[in-house]
Amino acid sequence: MIPANFEYHAPTTVDEAIGLLAQHGEDCKVLAGGHSLIPAMKLRLTQIPVLVDIGKIGDLSYIKVDGGTISIGAMTTHGAIASSDEVKQHCPLLAECGGQVGDQQVRNRGTLGGSLVHADPAADWPAAILALNAEVVLKSANGERVVKASDFFVDMLTTDVQPGELLTEIRVSVPAQPKASAYLKVAQAASGFAVVGIAAQLEMDGDTCKSISIGVTGLAPKAYRASSVEAALAGATLDDASVSAAAAKADADASDAMGDIHASEDYRRHLARVYAKRAVQAAAAKA
Amino acid sequence: MSFLAKYMGQRVKRTEDPRLIQGIGHYVDDIKLADTLHVVILRSQYAHAKINSIDTSAAKNAPGIVAVYTGADIAGKIGNIPCAGALPGLKVPPMAVLAQGKVVYVGHPVAAVVATDKYKAKDAADLIEVDYEPLDVISDGEAAAQADSPVIHEEFGDNIAFVHSAGSGDVDAAFATADKIVTQRLNHQRLAPISIEPRGVLAQYFKGEGQLNLWSSTQIPHLMRTQVAIQLGIAENKVRVVTPEVGGGFGCKLNVYAEEALLGWVSMQLNKPVKWIEGRRENLQCTIHGRSQVGTVEVAVKNDGTLLGLRYNVIADLGAYHQLLTPAIPTLTGLMLAGCYKIPAIQMNCTGVFTNKMATDAYRGAGRPEATYLVERIMDRVAQELGMDPIALRQKNFIQADEFPYTTACGVTYDSGDYEAALAKAMDIVDYKKLREEQAAARAVGRVMGIGVSTYVEICGMGPSGAMPAGGWESATVRVEPTGKVTVLTGISPHGQGEETSFAQIVGDMLGVDMNDVLVIHGDTSIVQYGIGTFGSRGLAVGGAALVCATEKVVKKAKTLAAHLLGTDADSLSFENGKFVGAPDDKVLTIQEVALAAHTAASIPEDFEPGLSAQHFFEPKNFTYPSGTHICVVEIDKDTGDIDIKRYVAVDDCGNQINPLIVQGQVHGGIAQGLAQALFEEVVYDENGQLITGELMDYAVPKAFQVPHYELDHAVTPTPVNPLGAKGVGEAGTIGSTPSIANAVIDALAPFGVQHIDLPLRPEKVWRAMNA
Repeated sequence: MIPANFEYHAPTTVDEAIGLLAQHGEDCKVLAGGHSLIPAMKLRLTQIPVLVDIGKIGDLSYIKVDGGTISIGAMTTHGAIASSDEVKQHCPLLAECGGQVGDQQVRNRGTLGGSLVHADPAADWPAAILALNAEVVLKSANGERVVKASDFFVDMLTTDVQPGELLTEIRVSVPAQPKASAYLKVAQAASGFAVVGIAAQLEMDGDTCKSISIGVTGLAPKAYRASSVEAALAGATLDDASVSAAAAKADADASDAMGDIHASEDYRRHLARVYAKRAVQAAAAKA
Repeated sequence: MSFLAKYMGQRVKRTEDPRLIQGIGHYVDDIKLADTLHVVILRSQYAHAKINSIDTSAAKNAPGIVAVYTGADIAGKIGNIPCAGALPGLKVPPMAVLAQGKVVYVGHPVAAVVATDKYKAKDAADLIEVDYEPLDVISDGEAAAQADSPVIHEEFGDNIAFVHSAGSGDVDAAFATADKIVTQRLNHQRLAPISIEPRGVLAQYFKGEGQLNLWSSTQIPHLMRTQVAIQLGIAENKVRVVTPEVGGGFGCKLNVYAEEALLGWVSMQLNKPVKWIEGRRENLQCTIHGRSQVGTVEVAVKNDGTLLGLRYNVIADLGAYHQLLTPAIPTLTGLMLAGCYKIPAIQMNCTGVFTNKMATDAYRGAGRPEATYLVERIMDRVAQELGMDPIALRQKNFIQADEFPYTTACGVTYDSGDYEAALAKAMDIVDYKKLREEQAAARAVGRVMGIGVSTYVEICGMGPSGAMPAGGWESATVRVEPTGKVTVLTGISPHGQGEETSFAQIVGDMLGVDMNDVLVIHGDTSIVQYGIGTFGSRGLAVGGAALVCATEKVVKKAKTLAAHLLGTDADSLSFENGKFVGAPDDKVLTIQEVALAAHTAASIPEDFEPGLSAQHFFEPKNFTYPSGTHICVVEIDKDTGDIDIKRYVAVDDCGNQINPLIVQGQVHGGIAQGLAQALFEEVVYDENGQLITGELMDYAVPKAFQVPHYELDHAVTPTPVNPLGAKGVGEAGTIGSTPSIANAVIDALAPFGVQHIDLPLRPEKVWRAMNA
């Protein structure tokens, strides 16, 4: 539990941070809340020559609602999102998801931006971010680009963030009347990470599902949209039979299934189906 | 014994807690000595390999490195790690503090790097090149016992460390005459104790004085002093072991590991203080594990439920070496196979085997959770086979309250008990009859609900010296200082059990002084007289008994002086509420006044020894046998196998309670650990002997939100074994809880034809059982 030597920088502005990233390129890594990176460094699973700690940048922690968009600074903690009245009002899925990340200590220190860039295949946020069609803002010395959630997660622990880029903000379009949503997970007994986590967001017109989006985490090496379930339910009447039949396809879009001592591949697939049904029903119950 | 009940029996808040809660207590790592060097230990990545060579040259030349030691450096200089377990024919492989040419488990210490800070030490450890030649790995206990298995310790020819049989009665006749024989194979999975504070050692050698100070996070400072002195070949009274705060032990610190003697020796070589603090990964790899038995239990019964005999054939997976008590733990299982029941014939055949894993040893309960789990599980299986209610079956076979002392077929004599009393209370709390009706109604609508009962008895207050490897007595000194403050020196070594509080309660009441005037000192071998330590739920039952006897001696001595000062004879005085009364003219002396007079010694009887202190070494005549009933109600998610504990009721009988608040805390923690064993804890090694559960991300210790609300009550059957009537409660919760939860889950699954599932009951296993 003793990390290797590293160079440490604590910039106080985004520009300063971007400058350091440009200067050190692939040798450096950004430290946000540190809840994944620091354990990995202490176990020497990763050795990082240059660490850029963005925790001292004051203006990366915020929640703003403006003109139909909710913008969240990368350094906003899980706990701050979970307890934000603005988030609860305009995008309850984010609050529900944030409240289920790790435990209270993790939620007090871990950040949305850090979690997304780490792209742990069992993290909670990717499911919600995918279901919400969120966008992430990446800044670098070359400027700024905005990436859709569906393009952001590339593979296990791999995102579209390029060397020199800093994730600064997460944006979600929020309609005046928030869509009904739910995030349900099976927590791994030791770590609290998602064995399977399902985020569902939908709009109803009577018993008919007008639109639906579902993000799945925990099952596959990277989080994914359950497009097959969405296709089966969009425009359909939601009842027990239709939701069951659709949810049975919850693992259809998974690139692969993970298995370990906590849950085998088959069981994870099964849980995805069960929880997809439950998440859709939970969201529909709120509509 | 007579005492006030101002403190004893009261829910007094622990006086230890303010400093611990504020983080201002001192653990080993908080002890800072100038010029301390730091040790990092290079450990084997292989479970079984020959070491062809070790190249430390790059490490030795790294910045800040003071020394690097390998097995060759310490050979013949540091004695082997001790094993105190003694069984006929026991094979004890020599365990050096650094590997001698071969590694036999992942985490086996290979080299020690000493540097000016721990970062440099770790960096240099990474530079050591070890040429390993991998050997066949034996990771399964049953495979290890096979004749064709590769052998870990070649000198023995096989992996069988011992064969142990226990029990008495005509077992064959019992099985021959039985109406029914019920058989169940059971696995007691390997567990890691996981104290929140890992182990740690700080060693400081004073060359001029020839004195070695060792700060160690241990449960047994005196036994460690003796063993380390032997290992290092220095006089025992030149070794001082100090245990500052100890952040939990659960048995894992009832041991002498490689690091104590190694650090002591390094400090002697370098003439500087040296420190090693265990990391969590090391803690999981090379601090002892617990349980790890796999066996088959068979019970012979009559159709009316009368138990006739029990047979348990078991393999104990000991790991690669014997730590201090490794071979003794399975023998404790053999002592408790009767449970709460009259079983006339019992036989255990236990084969202890070496595997390429960390050693097993005492973990909270130590051998008795295995006994209770297998007995309580097979009782439910018998009830299922006979179509009887599981509680009725238990009641039919209970040892009755008027049958104590009761000697079981395992050869132990239960001191006292009233199993029916605790069971009746627990049944009342849950309203058992109604609960079964609710279950029937739930099943009728497809819900999966279960009720599990465990009626347990365990063996505590360890113990009579004849049955213990290093003495089972305990010691206490009680000193009333000139100002009337009372100092207690206890030979036990509390590490979370709260005896600084409960012992002050006892002395406060016995001497009639404010309990805050009583200071309880423990865990420093240069201050405290020799003691055995804290384990086996013995702190109060044995250490507390020694304290009572020493305090009685103090009162007797004080009374002699008081009588002299009051001009009367001692027999006419009585000691009430801290005062000697009954003297002529209503003259009174307080214990504080007598203490001062004893020290000034201006007027003392002719043969009176000045001062006011007394010491007592208490030898218990028997173990104590706490008991109780746990009832658990679960509902299972039919779609996922997820287990929801709806109710948890525990009625424990630990005899007299000195501090019911502390008792409750012990029961809470015990249930949490037992629940974790039932539901999710398991040390997993793969077939290559690699530790899969090497971090807390995979090894599931229970968290606060994972335990249910506990409904607690108690029965009180005092023990005649000690003057407090206290039996001990440290391990009860762990022992009683696991089977009640397992029984509840399997009861829930009865409609699916499920008879048994091995622990831990991960949801996937439960789901598969429902869909088999």
